[in-house]
Amino acid sequence: MSATQEPPKLYAAQEPVFPKRVKGKFRNLKWVIMIVTLGIYYLTPWIRWDRGPSLPDQAVLIDMANRRFFFFWIEIWPHEFYFVAGLLIMAGLGLFLFTSALGRVWCGYTCPQTVWTDLFFTVERWIEGDRNARLRLFRAKWDAKKVRLRVTKYIAWLLIAIATGGAWVFYFTDAPTLLVDLFTLNAHPIAYTTIAILTATTFVFGGFMREQVCIYMCPWPRIQAAMMDEDTITVAYREWRGEPRGKHRKGADTENLGDCIDCMACVNVCPTGIDIRDGQQMECITCALCIDACDDIMDKIGKPRGLIDYMALTDEANERAGNPKKPIWQHIFRVRTMIYTGLWASIGIGLVVLLFIRAPIDMTISPIRNPQFVTLSDGSIRNTYDLRIRNMQHEVADFHISLTSDEILRVELEGTSTLSVTVPADTTQLQRVYVTSRADDPAALGDTTDFRFWIEDPASNERSYGDTVFNGRGN
Amino acid sequence: MTDKKHPEEQILQEGDPNTTGHVWDGIKEFDNPMPRWWLWTFYACIAWGVLYVILYPAWPLVNGATAGLLGYSTRAEVAEDIATFDAMNDPLRARMEAVELAEISEDAELANFAVQGGGAIFRTWCAQCHGSGAAGARGYPNLLDDDWLWGGTLDDIYLTIRHGIRNEEDLDARYSEMTAFDEILSDDEIAQVVAYVRNISGQEADAAMSTAGETVFLDNCASCHMDDGTGDRFLGAPNLTDAIWLYGGDEAALEETVRNARFGVMPSWQNRLTESEVRSVSVYVHSLGGGE
Repeated sequence: MSATQEPPKLYAAQEPVFPKRVKGKFRNLKWVIMIVTLGIYYLTPWIRWDRGPSLPDQAVLIDMANRRFFFFWIEIWPHEFYFVAGLLIMAGLGLFLFTSALGRVWCGYTCPQTVWTDLFFTVERWIEGDRNARLRLFRAKWDAKKVRLRVTKYIAWLLIAIATGGAWVFYFTDAPTLLVDLFTLNAHPIAYTTIAILTATTFVFGGFMREQVCIYMCPWPRIQAAMMDEDTITVAYREWRGEPRGKHRKGADTENLGDCIDCMACVNVCPTGIDIRDGQQMECITCALCIDACDDIMDKIGKPRGLIDYMALTDEANERAGNPKKPIWQHIFRVRTMIYTGLWASIGIGLVVLLFIRAPIDMTISPIRNPQFVTLSDGSIRNTYDLRIRNMQHEVADFHISLTSDEILRVELEGTSTLSVTVPADTTQLQRVYVTSRADDPAALGDTTDFRFWIEDPASNERSYGDTVFNGRGN
Repeated sequence: MTDKKHPEEQILQEGDPNTTGHVWDGIKEFDNPMPRWWLWTFYACIAWGVLYVILYPAWPLVNGATAGLLGYSTRAEVAEDIATFDAMNDPLRARMEAVELAEISEDAELANFAVQGGGAIFRTWCAQCHGSGAAGARGYPNLLDDDWLWGGTLDDIYLTIRHGIRNEEDLDARYSEMTAFDEILSDDEIAQVVAYVRNISGQEADAAMSTAGETVFLDNCASCHMDDGTGDRFLGAPNLTDAIWLYGGDEAALEETVRNARFGVMPSWQNRLTESEVRSVSVYVHSLGGGE
């Protein structure tokens, strides 16, 4: 190894980014989205929803202990988990749709990493000042002022982080009770651990890792690259209008210069610290703040807005050739986005239909196959089934159990001489059921006989069935 | 950020970076440093390993292993877990022993504990003969059906489990002994009584043989199996008229039974299981569909 040549470093250190404050329509849109999304996140657990005395009155509650998910008037039991799977598929398709139409609009506006980082930037700006002040502070020696500002900032961030981690646990248990328990140190250790972990991740991701999360940790930008095409609307720089860039000094030859005055406004506001004029790049989350910054400058120097603008790749060729820009709706309504919309909507409609046709009573049938059948003293053949009867109605009910079959089968319940089971409200009850065929009936002599169990609640007239099979001697 | 160069580009652009000096088939090997995160993870693993060896059982010795400073052992942990659950269940067990047998099923909590716990005990101690599903096997009674040798009430089942059948270790064990008729009856008489038993249990049999067998039956078998062949639970004498056969109802099996008799043995459980365990497994067996 030669001493003169240093081996190349394989570690790229984070370069500090000091985004400047910006005003404009996209910044305003981002403020609105930030307030709405943060509001939903922090306040949802506190919405109350009366479900009667036996059920929690929290509108949105993931009740792990009792295995229920409550969402306003909707109640999901574990066997209905396909609803959650359906929602996740819809979320995935929704992201595909928005990415193919509008690029990384999720990253730029609504991703929690973006929203919280934006919140952390705002707090940072309040305490330490705007870009220049922060830069000065960054380069300054550690003195009393720097320590005071940094400590204030970290405390503010930490409070936000604790509130973020704290809000999360309220989704999993009754929020007012838990809040009191948290402060009186009576809450479950899992609650404290969860808050601690989420506080740490919020603090570190929002305060320090920021764009590093998007660039190195998040898989979604890589997937999004496959979702975008030349018609996707994204943030771009009108290079043909801006170049050659240069300062428009008095008396200088400005004839040959483009509209870009190289003021670095777009670079200074960028939360990921890139230069949009280099073209589309991996680090760009399309937050559109550079559009706001550049429009502001263009207004000041009396040039038309839109040097940096939302546009598609196809627009570039059009504009270079001097043709008018394609209207935005033509970029958005394409076969590809139509297909995504269609898929997304059909799953959504399917879920809504399922939600309305699902029965409030239900059962799972587990045939006991050890042994397959029992011969009784009179030669008749008996099968045993474990029925798990779910009463999803909010009051206790007596369920009548019966069966329908082409053959003659008799049904009996373990532990009772009636055919009726009492199931408390919102619970699942296990009931062992015996089905018997007389010795010389076809079901006893045959191999298997299909039949259908019915459960019926005479009070509410709800009924539900399940198909299963009877094992005969099979000769 | 703008003039940031990707590390891989640097390597490619600098042409001939440092190599290890080894060449195989013209392929050189880079001597690049390990990634920093990798190195730190590696060092952390070493530190973890050293600490683990000090704190936990690690080096194998002739008898066991080094104990480690924390004195941890998986066996002790299991024992602790068992003790914890025992402590949780002890009040239930005490109640189980205190109440009347018949009252267990009326108390939902006790009934659940008895059926679940009894099921576990059954699969541990009883399944070897009676099968994990309690369906029995040839010579080992099926506990799911409605036919019982010694009775199928909760009290009968409890007594059977507590003392067993025909064992010598428990003086209270249920006891009876069938006579081996090999040298008492002639071959013809044995064939006749087999035909008779098949007849009264609804199976095919030669009518003349069966008629002749009835006399043999009444003279030799009815004292235990009753005149009508329905058996006597007090003596553990099986009902011969139903469809259930412990050793088989075909001619060969019946002939073997008549000639050599049967002597099924079940151990006594009162000294191996606790009172609450015997009660639990009794309730469990009673709940399987045959309980009377």
